[in-house]
Amino acid sequence: MATRRVRFTFEGDAVKEPVIYLVGHEFDVVTNIRMADVEHDFGWVVLELDGDHDEIDRALAWVEAKGVRIDPVAGDVVES
Amino acid sequence: MTYATSLACRECAREFPLEALHVCDFCFGPLEVAYDHDGIQSKITRERIESGPRSIWRYIDLLPVDEDFIVDLNVGWTPLLKADRLAERLGMRELWIKNDTCNPSWSFKDRVVAVASSRAKQLGFQTLACASTGNLANSVSAHAARAGMEAIVFIPHDLEAGKVLGSAIYNPTIVSVNGSYDDVNRLCSELADNRHWAFVNINVRPYYAEGSRTLAYEVAEQLGWRAPRQVVAPMASGSLFTKIHKGFQEFQRYGLIEETPVRMIGAQAEGCSPITTAWRNETTNIRPVKPDTIAKSLAIGNPADGYYALKTMKRTDGGATAVTDPEVVEGIRMLAECEGVFAETAGGVTVAGLRQAIANEQIDPDETTVAFITGGGLKTADAVVEHVTQPIPVEGTLQSFEDAFAEAPQAVGVGG
Repeated sequence: MATRRVRFTFEGDAVKEPVIYLVGHEFDVVTNIRMADVEHDFGWVVLELDGDHDEIDRALAWVEAKGVRIDPVAGDVVES
Repeated sequence: MTYATSLACRECAREFPLEALHVCDFCFGPLEVAYDHDGIQSKITRERIESGPRSIWRYIDLLPVDEDFIVDLNVGWTPLLKADRLAERLGMRELWIKNDTCNPSWSFKDRVVAVASSRAKQLGFQTLACASTGNLANSVSAHAARAGMEAIVFIPHDLEAGKVLGSAIYNPTIVSVNGSYDDVNRLCSELADNRHWAFVNINVRPYYAEGSRTLAYEVAEQLGWRAPRQVVAPMASGSLFTKIHKGFQEFQRYGLIEETPVRMIGAQAEGCSPITTAWRNETTNIRPVKPDTIAKSLAIGNPADGYYALKTMKRTDGGATAVTDPEVVEGIRMLAECEGVFAETAGGVTVAGLRQAIANEQIDPDETTVAFITGGGLKTADAVVEHVTQPIPVEGTLQSFEDAFAEAPQAVGVGG
């Protein structure tokens, strides 16, 4: 089992989709929202994902394909 | 003995021990070092600081490191130059340049890495790590060499060879990640959780960030124990910007300088300006961007401390600027031509941002202003190589020289 902490950023139509709900249905992954701020056309959610390492990877690839940006909770860690 | 007492969440204020932690387990907010302020207050004086070494370690009472673990490359105590010629060009009365190009690896990153590597040593780490495209990797590699630690540096696979050299000379392990910038981000974040390595800006980030405060301490001391009324600093993650302000506040709190407001102006390049965009849109919701600018050292599309940078601007009646790449080049040239300081592109952003802030009346040209120049120009020479003075070709004869010199528009002494 693994735990991953990530930040989802939603823009445009992606805001309206129940992406996090669907992750829990489509994949064997437990989602746990810790912080969020969602407006009508933009929002971010910081959450924890629990599950098998590969299953989390598959879930995140699916989320990304939905047009959601995924970042580590620490933001960009590649600095000049 | 350090006066650091714990790590505290910036959102929910929960406290954690002084370990390699960077995110609150409860709310996932960022952690920051907390101090015993009474202890510091009882000990710190101007005289005590002035009797310390000419480096950031003169402020060790304010840093989260015990003296026995210092990794010392003599970082900091860089020049504060009164920039009269640049001030005149910009129509200002009193402008100062904090020249952090003079650090051991030629950028301000030495300040943050000095603190992070020292704390990592104290925590028992044998390995320093980072993901970087330049300045940070240079500094991590240099500090690891100095400390006798291992260094492991992650770079994007398409990074130019020249940018790796400044790290490679210190003999770190360099891992070239075959993937996108986001892949490097993700990999390193996972590795920081899985390996017993001190990733300076991930799992030991709270200590790393503290090093930036020394910029404000030095400026206040070098100005004769006073804070400037206005500051212009570049913004990438936003951490440097917020910590400079925090540094001035701390000196005021401990009675080392008078309580005067410091207006904080942040500078970004238009091609990567998520914080400035949020400021202009009057929101604290920062929308991540894909960077596209020559100011690579500021190219952080999803800034970790952007929200806190916005709060600092608001609290200080400050603001934010965004400048184009041609303006960045012009800023670099102006600084070099007027003051003899060759800055990397982030310095061009600062100078061009300063000019924009004056034009927008975000800055009062009559008040004492400090502009922070955070890295040396040879790091980004390619950005200006097409825009600088070209040699005048001559034969080795006096006649050839006189002929060519008379025709050269910018030649020294021509016309008088």
